[in-house]
Amino acid sequence: MPLLEINALTRRFGGLIAVNDFNIELGDHELVALIGPNGAGKTTVFNLISGFYKPSEGYIRFNGQDTRGLRPHQVTALGVARTFQGIRLWSEMHVLDNIRIAQHYRMGYSLLDCFLRTKNYMQHEKAIDDIAWKLLDAMGLKDVAYELPRNLPYGVQRRVEIARAMSVKPKLLLLDEPAAGLNSADVEDLIKLVKWIHETFRVTIWMIEHQMKVVMTLCSRIKVIDFGATIADGTPEEIQKNHTVIKAYLGDDTI
Amino acid sequence: MQKKTFTIGIFAFMALIAGLAQADILSPYHISVLMFMGVNVILATSLNLVNGYMGEFSCGHGGFMCVGAYVSSVVTVLLFSKNQILGAPLLPASLAFLGFPLALLLGAAAASVAGLVVAIPSFKTRGDYLAIITLAANYIVISAINNMEIIGGPRGFMGMSATENGMKSVVDLPWMLIWVMLGTLFTVWLLRRFVTSTLGKGVPAICQDEIAAEIMSVDTNRIKLIAFMLSSGLAGLAGGLYAHVLGYVNPQSFDIMRSTEVMVMVYMGGMGSLSGATIAAVVYTVLMEALRFLDVWKWVVIPLLLILLMQFRPEGVMGNKELADLFPRLRKYYSFK
Repeated sequence: MPLLEINALTRRFGGLIAVNDFNIELGDHELVALIGPNGAGKTTVFNLISGFYKPSEGYIRFNGQDTRGLRPHQVTALGVARTFQGIRLWSEMHVLDNIRIAQHYRMGYSLLDCFLRTKNYMQHEKAIDDIAWKLLDAMGLKDVAYELPRNLPYGVQRRVEIARAMSVKPKLLLLDEPAAGLNSADVEDLIKLVKWIHETFRVTIWMIEHQMKVVMTLCSRIKVIDFGATIADGTPEEIQKNHTVIKAYLGDDTI
Repeated sequence: MQKKTFTIGIFAFMALIAGLAQADILSPYHISVLMFMGVNVILATSLNLVNGYMGEFSCGHGGFMCVGAYVSSVVTVLLFSKNQILGAPLLPASLAFLGFPLALLLGAAAASVAGLVVAIPSFKTRGDYLAIITLAANYIVISAINNMEIIGGPRGFMGMSATENGMKSVVDLPWMLIWVMLGTLFTVWLLRRFVTSTLGKGVPAICQDEIAAEIMSVDTNRIKLIAFMLSSGLAGLAGGLYAHVLGYVNPQSFDIMRSTEVMVMVYMGGMGSLSGATIAAVVYTVLMEALRFLDVWKWVVIPLLLILLMQFRPEGVMGNKELADLFPRLRKYYSFK
C-alpha cells in the first residue's frame, strides 16, 4: 500500500481548472519534487492534500484512508505536515510556543483538565515540552527558543517552520518552496537539513521548488506540471532532457 | 513559603476589605464602587479573551452579561423571595448560601450557551463581519427581554436583594462584596490557567495566523467554541453578580453602551494581557467615579483619553505583556503551574 495515493485529482475554481487529472503514488521514505512554471497549480495540489481545498473530482488516500471530508487539522493528525510558501509562523509567540502549539493533535487532555491542572494535564504538557525541546535541540534551534520569530533571520525562520512541521511527527512532509528567499549559504544549509531530516526521521518528503540545484541534489524523482496537468515524471536526468519540460519553462523555440 | 506570598497576599487583601466593610470603615458608597470594580474586572478580562487573545472584535459583551443577570436573578427570586409567579419563596432564606452560587452558575451557563450565537458563525466569519454578528447578538438579547412581560420587560426586574438578606440573616457579613471578590478571583484564575496552557495558546495562534493554526493540527472550530463560550459565560457571571449587587436590573443597562465600556477597558489595558485588563478595569472604575463632578462632560473626557491612548500607545498600557514580564522579580512571590 502506498503512503500517499492520488487518483484523477481535479480541482476547478469556477471555469479555471487549477489541477487536472493529477495522479501520483508515494511510497515510504521517498524524496520527490513537484516542479512547474508559476501558476501551474503546484500549491493547489498541496492545499488539496492538506484538506484546505476539497477535490472537485478524484480522491486522495493517505495510508489507505480517504482524506476527502476531513478538516485540515484532522489530515495533519494522520501524519501529513507542511510548510508554506512564504513563512507562516505565529510571529508574536516565541519559537518554543510555536513548536508546542503544533502538537495540539495529541493534546490528550480536556478543558476541565486544563482548569484543574490534573495529573493528566501535567503529564501531557510535560510530554509536549520534552518533544519540543528535543526537536529544538536536534535542529540546532535551542538558542533561539525564547526569541520571537520576527526577530530572527529569514533562514532561521525557515528552519523553525520546518521544525514546527516535524513536531507533528509526520510520515509525509510537504515543503512548499523551502529555498525561496534564501541566500546561497542558506540554501546549502537547507539542502543539508532536508537530507538530514530524510535520513533521521525516515519521512517521505515531497517538495515544490524552483531552485534546480536543490531539486537535482536532493530528489530521486521529479514530477512536472503545467496548467494543472502532468507533463513529465521521472528521474532528474530524464527531466533535464525532456523537451516538453524545456518548452514549458522556456517557451517554444519557433517564434 | 516565599512562593505562596502572592496567594496569601490576595486572600489577606480580600479579608481586609471585607473586614473594613464589616467595621463600617468603608462607606456603602466605597463598597459599591469596589463591587463594580470587581464586576468590571470580570467583564474586561473575559472580553480580553476574544478581543485581545483571539483578535476578534466582539462588541456584544453586554448582551451575554444580560443573559447571566436575568437568568440568575429569576432563579434567586423564585427561590428566595416573594414573587408574582410562584408566590411564596421556594426555599428558606438560610439556603441562600447554596442557592446563590448555583444561580450564578446557571446564569453563566445560560450566557455561555447564548455565546453559541456568535461562536458558530465565527467558524466561517471573521473580522468586521463577525463584529456585526456580535452587535446583532447584543440587540437580540436586549429586545427579547424587553418583550418578556413576565420578567418585567423594559421596566426591569427586581427582588434579588432577598438573597443577600437571607445570607445576612444567618451570618451578618457584607456578603455581596465577598461574592464579587470571589467571582473576580475565580475569573482571573480560570482565564490564567486557560491562556497559559498549550490548549489555550491555540487562541493567539488563531489570531496570528488562522490557516497555519488549522494546518498545524489546531482544531480551530473547537478553540473558537471554547473561547467564545468561556468569554460569554464569564460575562454571564459578571451579570449575575451585578444584578445581585444592585438588587434590580433593566435591559437598558446591558445595551451597546455597556459593551463599549468593556471594550474601552480592554483596549486601555492592552490586548492579550490579563494583568492589563485587570488594571484597566480598576483604573477605569476609579476614573469614572473621580470624574463624577464633571457630570455628563465625563463622556467627553473619557473618549478623549481613549483617542490620546490610541494615538500614543495603540497597544494599550500593557500591550500583550503581563506584570511579571515587566517585573521578573515578581516571579519569586508566586508559583504558577
